[in-house]
Amino acid sequence: MLNPFEILETINMIDKENLDIRTITMGISLKNCADPDIDKVCEKVYKKITTYAGNLVKVGCDIEKQFGIPIINKRISVTPVATLVDVLEEKTIDNCVKLAKTLDRAAKDVGVNFIGGFSALVHKDFTDGEAALIRSIPRALAETDIVCSSVNVGSTKAGINMDAVAAMGRIIKQAAELTKDNGGFACAKLVVFCNAVEDNPFMAGAFHGEGEGECVINVGVSGPGVVKCALEKVKGEPFGVVADTIKKTAFKITRMGQLVAQEASKRLGVPFGIVDLSLAPTPAVGDSVAYILEEMGLEKCGTHGTTAALALLNDAVKKGGVMASSYVGGLSGAFIPVSEDAGMISAAQCGALTLEKLEAMTCVCSVGLDMIAVPGDTSAETISAIIADEAAIGMVNTKTTAVRIIPGPGTKVGDTVEFGGLLGSGPVMPVKEYASTDFINRGGRIPAPLQALKN
Amino acid sequence: MNKAVITVIGKDTVGIIAKVSNLLFENNINILDISQTIMQDLFTMIMLVDIKDVQVGDLQEKLDVISKEMNLSIRVQNEEIFNSMHRI
Repeated sequence: MLNPFEILETINMIDKENLDIRTITMGISLKNCADPDIDKVCEKVYKKITTYAGNLVKVGCDIEKQFGIPIINKRISVTPVATLVDVLEEKTIDNCVKLAKTLDRAAKDVGVNFIGGFSALVHKDFTDGEAALIRSIPRALAETDIVCSSVNVGSTKAGINMDAVAAMGRIIKQAAELTKDNGGFACAKLVVFCNAVEDNPFMAGAFHGEGEGECVINVGVSGPGVVKCALEKVKGEPFGVVADTIKKTAFKITRMGQLVAQEASKRLGVPFGIVDLSLAPTPAVGDSVAYILEEMGLEKCGTHGTTAALALLNDAVKKGGVMASSYVGGLSGAFIPVSEDAGMISAAQCGALTLEKLEAMTCVCSVGLDMIAVPGDTSAETISAIIADEAAIGMVNTKTTAVRIIPGPGTKVGDTVEFGGLLGSGPVMPVKEYASTDFINRGGRIPAPLQALKN
Repeated sequence: MNKAVITVIGKDTVGIIAKVSNLLFENNINILDISQTIMQDLFTMIMLVDIKDVQVGDLQEKLDVISKEMNLSIRVQNEEIFNSMHRI
């Protein structure tokens, strides 16, 4: 029999500490939807998504009801759409946008809140279809509501495709321009990756990778609030105790994710893929990764010591989580999206947290420069250079890094851009005023590092 | 058997157990175990029940009525959650 303390601990986590399942994401392969005729592709894609995911939201809600755990998001990820564009007879921007709209419609009809996979993997070079898809991203994101896009521009094995990096700077600027009335909102749905993972359930970077099967269920757990509350009980203790406390908490959180993942997989008749052990913050008070770092003894997130604190947190989350789930994957670690984290927002507003510090933090946590608003007049080349820096960190450290940056047209340092909902609001952060133009204009490819040559 | 755990936390007052157990009786829910204690000055009751075909979410909605009326925090949760979290 369970003891009362264990029961109350769990109840507290859900009631007061914002413990939830962040997302159930169904990965769907679109490989067999390829066709030279755009209308036929759209028809097949729509049919496949609505057939496979028709029950996803209902099952998610049923599990919520059965177990009494909040499941915040139900989502879909699909095969990188560039794969379909490559087969099209006419690889035009219009056709790509048509595909994006089909994804949008299918996703809305099944009731999920995001669909990811309007993506291209171009870490070495572009195919014609991939190039067309990338050119279409600004329009595709501006003309749809819940489609998310990602582009992989580098990997440890391939190096960095600097032509893609240069292109993404321009694409991000165009996407911001097309959605200038919403503060450049389209950019919040666009991630540029290095070492993108194939089974990530979190948006905006989710896609159903090349090595995946027909259909899969991946689950992302969360719970920064729970970790913070656990650490409140070990104030002043040495780091061994801190790490241990985080591990135990991560274990418990992940067990719940595993339970939900198995149940969802069983009810939907779809194989269970992975549990992603990520600490994903939301703008809700108390659901912040920054507050965990501050709980460790930092006056403000972003001050000296933040990188070390984050390294410990990220590692302990993984160590606690791996034993709790049969398959761990995705990004698994701590997320640091500025606009989605009350503590990060506050730290950025008071100047404690800068872009440079965030860059350092991305060396030791699971993703990269995430949900960062920069001034509207930031040049495409500067954005590309920021992407190149992040990609280099990912490439050399054999880890995933990403850039999701929003140059809201007309915004200046000190402004706050509102994205709404889980995406929160971001203070516009300063970037370097010195140009990187000639560097970005070189083009070509940064060769794979020595780390790639392991065979 | 479909077991769930009901926790009731709040200021001690007349009729808490009566109200909750009456609601369970009306829904044909069997109480398997019950423990009650005062923790940090708060009345804390934990019940293990067999909810059979009743959904946890539906029972929660019914308990929310009592919860509001008596100013208590009442949660019902499937037992599997506690087992998976606290037992290897």
